[in-house]
Amino acid sequence: MKDTLILGIETSCDETSAAVVRGGTEILSNVVSSQIESHKRFGGVVPEIASRHHVEQVTYILEQALEEAEVTLDEVDAIAVTEGPGLVGALLVGVNAAKALAFAKDKPLIGVHHIAGHIYANRLVEEMSFPLLSLVVSGGHTELVLMHEHGRYEVIGETRDDAVGEAYDKVARTLGLPYPGGPQIDKLSAEGEASIDLPRAWLEADSYDFSFSGLKSAVINTLHNAKQRGEEPAVADVAASFQASVVEVLVGKTMRALRERGVDRLVLAGGVAANRGLREALTAACGEAGVRLTIPPLSLCTDNAAMIAAAGAVMYERGEFAGDRLNGEPGLELDREWEQ
Amino acid sequence: MNVLAIDTSTFTMSVAVFRDGLPAGELTTHLKKNHSLRLMPAIRAVMAEADMKPEELDRIAVAEGPGSYTGVRIGVTTAKTMAWSLNIPVVGVSSLEALAANGRHFEGLVCPFFDARRGQVFTGLYRFEDGETVRVEEDRLVMFEEWLETVERCGEPVLFLSPDLAKHEGALGERSSLRAGTGAPVDHLTRASGIASAAMKKAADEAIHLFSPNYLRLAEAEAKWREAQKEKDGR
Ligand SMILES: [Zn+2]
Repeated sequence: MKDTLILGIETSCDETSAAVVRGGTEILSNVVSSQIESHKRFGGVVPEIASRHHVEQVTYILEQALEEAEVTLDEVDAIAVTEGPGLVGALLVGVNAAKALAFAKDKPLIGVHHIAGHIYANRLVEEMSFPLLSLVVSGGHTELVLMHEHGRYEVIGETRDDAVGEAYDKVARTLGLPYPGGPQIDKLSAEGEASIDLPRAWLEADSYDFSFSGLKSAVINTLHNAKQRGEEPAVADVAASFQASVVEVLVGKTMRALRERGVDRLVLAGGVAANRGLREALTAACGEAGVRLTIPPLSLCTDNAAMIAAAGAVMYERGEFAGDRLNGEPGLELDREWEQ
Repeated sequence: MNVLAIDTSTFTMSVAVFRDGLPAGELTTHLKKNHSLRLMPAIRAVMAEADMKPEELDRIAVAEGPGSYTGVRIGVTTAKTMAWSLNIPVVGVSSLEALAANGRHFEGLVCPFFDARRGQVFTGLYRFEDGETVRVEEDRLVMFEEWLETVERCGEPVLFLSPDLAKHEGALGERSSLRAGTGAPVDHLTRASGIASAAMKKAADEAIHLFSPNYLRLAEAEAKWREAQKEKDGR
């Protein structure tokens, strides 16, 4: 394991990324080309445009990643690529590039689940220990994932409608904030007061699932009703109230899962890990409960290929390889069965 | 010259291997199945049958579009990444020119086209002189009806080649002055061997990173955005 070199590729959404990771833990390079500027004018990621960018960028990014790592393609032990979930057209570019490399250079190919990648971003910061709970929060995901060993995942809770990042973006749009709205709401929240009473979606008492669409509708209704009364609600207060509801539910469910499953190790993963309100609340709650919490640096929380290579390194050790028929799987399950 | 040629721009999928400038193997299917799943197994199979190792290749040729956006991307991504990793050139050939090659013995004009929905087609006009391909009209996206008028004005016999022929045969039949031929069913499927032949005559493009599909059409969101900008500027 020590010197295994994995070349990772990630193209599931709007970042084209390639990275080289040694031994599953050490980043030799992690090149990320963000398309955010191209999609800003559309107010969100346009799949066809994302796919077009990926094709234009892919070999250039691969070359950069190898150059920065000072590694040749011949020295790489395996190619790991995000297989899913994500935008199908975008995934296809990474998957087909990875298959081309694997065939041309006769390397093993590894198909990585995007969420496994987010979780393994942590291993690039410090070694993982088990049992471990991961709260994965991003534009496409809201999941509580329990792990008892490397490479095996049990999804104990997930969103039933919008992902948390998606809810942030939609509320931000309603508030007239520019895309991407998540960071804007987080920033505004610090200036406002959570003075508006918004619902908390706890669902069934024993459920670790999430739901954010009701909250989103409540925000829209609040704004609508205020306008009807001729009032202009303070945007910062709306933002703060929305964030308070989201954070309370995320932290509440996570802490309950830790308690009920007897886990004292928590990892925060995904782009929404950048949210200051969430980080602070989670840090405080974990401190009180004696849970060790890790939050990777922001550059590893957002989509990147180093996390894919790190998750791929574990699959390499287990011999979980893909074949020539690897495909982009927009709805790929995290807890799939592996034939032994 | 040893060449691997690929086409995935329509429902046809074709892979060919040339050794020393001559065809060694080819696999062509016309199935409504997933190119992303099937392309690499096809490449491996044809390469293996032809006893060709990836490092023996001198260049990779690919149909660069127009066609299905996703289909073209699968072919182009595979071709350019393979070429980059093997440090050899990638050569793009128009997907329409590749199909037109099936009419290389036809005396007159060859019109390849792909359906592009809402009455539109991706098409162009070609002629073959002494084994050379001559482009008579540039590849374009156009209303089929309008295009037929252009073709009709040429006053020559025209061979129409298209995997989507069935959808447009009616429109062809309605034009009495158009001396249209439509060939045999097999002529409507692009053969990667035609792409390899065309690519061997072309100069290799050095800028491999910049190599990307020729979509001939903006992404829909982009087109709408530009339209909105124009309206804004007009006001
Ligand atoms: Zn992600």
